Amino acid sequence: MRMSKIVRTAADILYPAILIFGLYIVAHGHLTPGGGFQGGAVIATGGALVIVAYNYKEVTGWLKKNVLTGQEVSGLVGFIGVGLLALAFGQVFFFNYLVGSGSIFGMPVPYGINPGELNTAGIVPLMNFAVGIEVWGGLTVVILYMLSGLEKEGC
Amino acid sequence: MTVADFLFTNAPALLVVIPLFAAFICPVAGKISSTIRNLWVMGMMLVTAAVAFILAFRVFVTGPVLYVFGAAAANLAVPLDSGGIPIRIIFTVDAMSAFMDIICAIVGVSVLLYSLSSESRNSGLEGYYTLFFLMIAGVFGMVSTGDLFNFFVFLEILSLASAGMIAYRIDGGLAVEAALKYFILSTLGAIFVLFAIGVYYGQYNALNIAMIAQRMQFTMLDKIALVLLVAALAMKCGAVPLHFWTPDAYSMAPSSVTAFLVVASQASLYGLFRVVFTMYNITMNCVTVGWIIIIFGVLSMVVGVTMAIPQKDIKRLMAYHAVSQTGYMLLGVGVGLAVLGNTTLTSAFGFMAMEGGIFHIFNHAMYKGLLFLTAGAIFYRIGTRDLNRMGGLGHTMKYTMIFFIIGALAIAGIPPFNGFASKLMIYESVYLFNPLLAIIAMVVSILTLASFVKVFHSVFMGPKLPEYADVKEAPLPMLIGMGILAAIVILFGLFPQPVVDILVAPAAHALADQGGYIASVLGGA
Repeated sequence: MRMSKIVRTAADILYPAILIFGLYIVAHGHLTPGGGFQGGAVIATGGALVIVAYNYKEVTGWLKKNVLTGQEVSGLVGFIGVGLLALAFGQVFFFNYLVGSGSIFGMPVPYGINPGELNTAGIVPLMNFAVGIEVWGGLTVVILYMLSGLEKEGC
Repeated sequence: MTVADFLFTNAPALLVVIPLFAAFICPVAGKISSTIRNLWVMGMMLVTAAVAFILAFRVFVTGPVLYVFGAAAANLAVPLDSGGIPIRIIFTVDAMSAFMDIICAIVGVSVLLYSLSSESRNSGLEGYYTLFFLMIAGVFGMVSTGDLFNFFVFLEILSLASAGMIAYRIDGGLAVEAALKYFILSTLGAIFVLFAIGVYYGQYNALNIAMIAQRMQFTMLDKIALVLLVAALAMKCGAVPLHFWTPDAYSMAPSSVTAFLVVASQASLYGLFRVVFTMYNITMNCVTVGWIIIIFGVLSMVVGVTMAIPQKDIKRLMAYHAVSQTGYMLLGVGVGLAVLGNTTLTSAFGFMAMEGGIFHIFNHAMYKGLLFLTAGAIFYRIGTRDLNRMGGLGHTMKYTMIFFIIGALAIAGIPPFNGFASKLMIYESVYLFNPLLAIIAMVVSILTLASFVKVFHSVFMGPKLPEYADVKEAPLPMLIGMGILAAIVILFGLFPQPVVDILVAPAAHALADQGGYIASVLGGA
């Protein structure tokens, strides 16, 4: 059963906001509290909100389990892949080969009071992205399975 | 850098990375086709096993191997600007760890080969293989890591994956119940472990096992942490007062998984030994703690075997025997611990007892794995685990019967199988420590034999039953999987001395040598 139009509209408005907030937490994992797991979990709560506001059937049309599982796998493989790249460069596993390299996420950390330089920390943000994508997919699938009972109870 | 150098340097990391990578690719490979998935999992398992053997070879030839994750060099445990504290996650693979790696690799390969056909009729195999590789990564991580928090992480990976695997064959909810039991107990144990880690971290500002060992003061808090760790890890390895999850979990999991759960339990046993020998060693009262472990062991032996005798479910029976055999390992190593402070007694029989206990870990993984796999083959063909409904299978399942005999004689400690070799070492050394314990151990062996004679008779002997008239021999991959283990059981039974000299003695000495472990991480400090 769908909830009232007010709830649905509010969910529609909130969903992108939750998504962006979650992605912000993922992207700023190396600067602020949070990180891949927390951001991914925030995004997954957006999924839960939509399922509660609409009904399970409708939502599975938008949040496809295949896509979410794909996200999960690609996130995990991406995480391992980032670590394995270090081996390809002749370094130790998980070696931070991007830090201080001057390329992406390779800027030096500024000293003193500053708003936080996003473009630092090397492979740490990349791993946060990988974990974020993985948790987004994985936790949403978990929520979908857990809330799949909503339909049957006829609430 | 040549490939050999690359493998030599990075083997400890690859040991965990390859199974994880294999696990994550599994669902994708399964989407393409089941043949590709099977090739993928088998190939990856062989690669993992090869890496484990390379690593073990390096450890046994050149001594402990360090791997510092994310450092500038693989062996740079203490960075120059860290003030002498090993800040990164470090894998410390000494002879004992390498010994466990070998066990995990051998059982992993044969169990995976076996699963290729034993599980082929089931659905959800992507999840099965993914969880299986997570279990392998968990065991390799637990036995290789030199960082206590990292140990906890791998313990959790292993527990979660194992719980998933136990529930894999839902079986009218029975398997799910067993998995839930296992899951709750594991989580409880993991919380104990985490609490103990918190205690160490609060006191010594370190998570590295070597660092904690070096700074160990054995305060009141350390005693609490020791109790928590011993309780949690003894529960995870199925020692008697805390054994109640084993029969459920072992009997409800698919047989291939059960064979690997044995190794998973032994990884916890390894953790227990690592804690008492490497972290505490002689700073604690070795006699008391040693006797506690001995009592755990004796209770496990006696209760396990007496509970096994009346069982009618073949896998439940074997699960109780697994509890009973765990007792031997605890007994052997416990005796070694009890005399650790006394150099004369240690060289007289302490090391031999430890070697016996550690050798028994290896042997147990082989013959118990083999027995569980034969039980699985029987279940695969006739679809029941009830001993009362079996009979006359010796006419049709000849190879399975031979493998069962090998496993059953090995577990009962009959020469020339490997169980005899390790049990003899335990009897001889424990007799010098306390004759009563050795006598109990022998009586338990006899009861084990009696129990397996009963199983053998009711499963394989007797006339061909009409309902099993068209039962065939188990498929070839299952036979090969069992064959690998059976071959090792016989080989190690015929030539125990080289095995003890090459593998077991270095493992026992590495375990007892706390200073060596600390020095390998922190450098001669």
